[in-house]
Amino acid sequence: MSFKIEIENLSAWFGSKQVLRDITMKIKENVVTAIIGPSGCGKTTLIRCLNRMHELTPGSKATGKVLLDGEDIYGEGVDPVTVRRRIGMVFQKPNPFPMMSIYDNAAAGLKLNGVTDKRRLNEVVEKSLRVAHLWDEVKAELGKSGASLSGGQQQRLCIARALAIEPEVILMDEPTSALDPTAAAKIEQLIRVLITDYTVIIVTHNMQQAARVSDFTAFLYLGELVEYGSTKDIFENPKSELTEKYITGEFG
Amino acid sequence: MISLAYLALIAALIPLASILVETIFRGLSAMNFSFFLEEIPPLGEPGGGIGPAIQGTLIVVALASVMGVPIGVFSGIYLAEFRQARIASVARFLNDVLTNMPSIVLGILGWTLIVVAIGWSVIAGAVALAIIMIPIITRTTEEAIKLVPMTMREAAIALGVPRWKTTLTVVLSSAKKGIATGILLSVARISGETAPLLLTILGSRFWFSGFTQPTAALSVAIFNFSQSPYRLIDWPRAWGASLILIFIILVINIIVRYATREKYGWANI
Amino acid sequence: MKASKKHPNFLSKLRSISKKELSGDSTFKIISMLVACNVFVVLGLMFYEIIQNSLLSIQMYGAEFLLGTKWQPFPPNPNILPSFGALPLIWGTLVTSAIALVLGVPVSLGIGLALSEFAPKSFNYIISFFIELLAAIPSVIYGLWGIFVLIPFLQANVYPYLQGALGFLPIFQGTIRGPSILTGGIVLAIMIIPTVSAISRDVFAAVPNSQREAIVALGATRWEKARIVMSYGRSGVIGAIMLGLGRAMGETMAITMVIGNSFNLFGSLFEPGSTLASIIANEFTEASSPPVYVSALMEVGLILFALAIVVNALARLIIWRSTRKIKEAGMV
Repeated sequence: MSFKIEIENLSAWFGSKQVLRDITMKIKENVVTAIIGPSGCGKTTLIRCLNRMHELTPGSKATGKVLLDGEDIYGEGVDPVTVRRRIGMVFQKPNPFPMMSIYDNAAAGLKLNGVTDKRRLNEVVEKSLRVAHLWDEVKAELGKSGASLSGGQQQRLCIARALAIEPEVILMDEPTSALDPTAAAKIEQLIRVLITDYTVIIVTHNMQQAARVSDFTAFLYLGELVEYGSTKDIFENPKSELTEKYITGEFG
Repeated sequence: MISLAYLALIAALIPLASILVETIFRGLSAMNFSFFLEEIPPLGEPGGGIGPAIQGTLIVVALASVMGVPIGVFSGIYLAEFRQARIASVARFLNDVLTNMPSIVLGILGWTLIVVAIGWSVIAGAVALAIIMIPIITRTTEEAIKLVPMTMREAAIALGVPRWKTTLTVVLSSAKKGIATGILLSVARISGETAPLLLTILGSRFWFSGFTQPTAALSVAIFNFSQSPYRLIDWPRAWGASLILIFIILVINIIVRYATREKYGWANI
Repeated sequence: MKASKKHPNFLSKLRSISKKELSGDSTFKIISMLVACNVFVVLGLMFYEIIQNSLLSIQMYGAEFLLGTKWQPFPPNPNILPSFGALPLIWGTLVTSAIALVLGVPVSLGIGLALSEFAPKSFNYIISFFIELLAAIPSVIYGLWGIFVLIPFLQANVYPYLQGALGFLPIFQGTIRGPSILTGGIVLAIMIIPTVSAISRDVFAAVPNSQREAIVALGATRWEKARIVMSYGRSGVIGAIMLGLGRAMGETMAITMVIGNSFNLFGSLFEPGSTLASIIANEFTEASSPPVYVSALMEVGLILFALAIVVNALARLIIWRSTRKIKEAGMV
């Protein structure tokens, strides 16, 4: 297995406040990597740096390197738009486009990027909805509004939407925290299936979820990477006392 | 003390009721079928209608909208999307000042720019009305776009859609209701404007005869009829024209209110 | 530029990370910014055109224009220059606006309070709708109604009693005319109600509930609560009043139709008069010669323009500062 993403000395600021300090880690391909840590530790900021969404906030800054297959996405002259087509994102609160149908939501990434071929769109929509385990539930009502689905279905629609542009990496920012347990479980199953074709990085504040779902785990505290290793090691044999305290629920 | 507040309410609503009632009754009695279709006779002459005035209003308002709507919407987009820019704050402030400019001053501008060059004309009137429309549409568009949640933009951006495209497709589409109601309200507003038209289209008794010619308009016709010494002939015409004008404006306002009813928690009307 | 080999895809030409081309984003920003700058262009043009066209009159009459009381475009003796003076117009504008404020502001505040404090929310919707209708009625129809409905009513039922009760005051003396300054002020008052009441209502509604609760917990009556809300929103209300003033000063058609259009420095409110706006509406289309006639009217327009800008800019500043202050206070 090779490293899909290599983060080197990544630091990030909101204005003058530094939220990430010198993060260095290598993310393996085709695995699930979980990022855990207490509120405010910078985990969301970290993944938003990976698809260059962090810089959308006015006054924000990031330094360091993030290599995707060996190329620095923060390199000179790189267009963040192309980065985001290779690294997709699913958000905490499901955000399907309410004024678009289910079909259009799934096809949104392609349509907005100029793809008009009906046949291809149909193929992609069906494929992504299938992979997202949503096809059977919605195939008869593709014209209904994206907002008419339940929370869990909406989130799977958002996953399908992200998959449709065929990214290589999928970032997930607490994807199940707004969902009920049944819906959450479905998403977790889905995540384990996705890694055959994608690299998944998931931020979660739910440690049990991290233990269930991920192969590798990184523990962040106050913007620093405290520990990073296989999920088994982190949870059963944490090297740092801080990690152990967080895992056992002493704070967070 | 509280009853004083309610009294104030009633005090405000009485003129409204009076205006509507009087317009309806006096206007209806002046109207017949030919009222809509025939040319405007000279002051004092019976018969005829105010067809050209209705036509004139529609044409000038339409032309003004063609000019004013795109400029207004795009300005609103800029003010909403690039809020932090220094220019944006200044432009927004000046825009608000412009919305309260006396319309006769804007009529003067229309006169100096167009009438001086090509004479009393439809174009001059449309330009003056467009200048009135633009600040209003700018503001309502900005408000509508500001309401679109950041999450929607982020969803599109995360799909690798450039920022500008996100604005023109996803954001605009989400805000279209608010933008449309703003446009409708400004159309209603300029349909009733008189002062700027007096100084630009001059008014006329005849049907539309070209964009560089003067034309009739409902608001101007109402004014002219009201100033006529021929009370029995012309004053009722003023009321008839008023009824038509108020009707158009009322319909637009009711449509807008109906379309925005969820905003006020009255979704079940 | 290693493209990913794992999955075939439709966007292969985008697979590799590319250099930034001519950025669509900055083009968009520039174009929309230019369009948004229309506001500078319009205001700039207005300044330029109005001043340019007034120059003739400014040169001929100078400062006396503001103080002059004669308006004679066509002097009987061809050897005399036409004379123009704006004082009666300024006077007319100020007095009618003052009447509009005196009559309209209390009513507007009452409505604003009623809508934000006293009335049930469902009421709010319908009433707001009607107030908006009041605002939607075109000025010329207000004028029409003013001439044929309001004036006869006032002349028959109100003015005689007004003179009877307050006739000792010079402003209520003299022959009662229907078309008069007082009628103009009354119509303007009605017309500014929607603006002032809507902003007042919003300003009052912006007062945080924590303040209301605090006052009620101290045992205040509803009326006392309302007074606190009003004092809280005081600067916002001032801004609203100034906006109403701006509207009143700029109002043209309704005023022209009910004010009598007589050029005089009136003493009694029952006399007819003129305003800056009304004289332009009345005389502009006929003023082809002499050239100084048009220029004088332009100068009148310039005065109106300047007044409108000052009042409106001040009003916006005040309202903006007050809503900011209220919000900050609410966060304490």
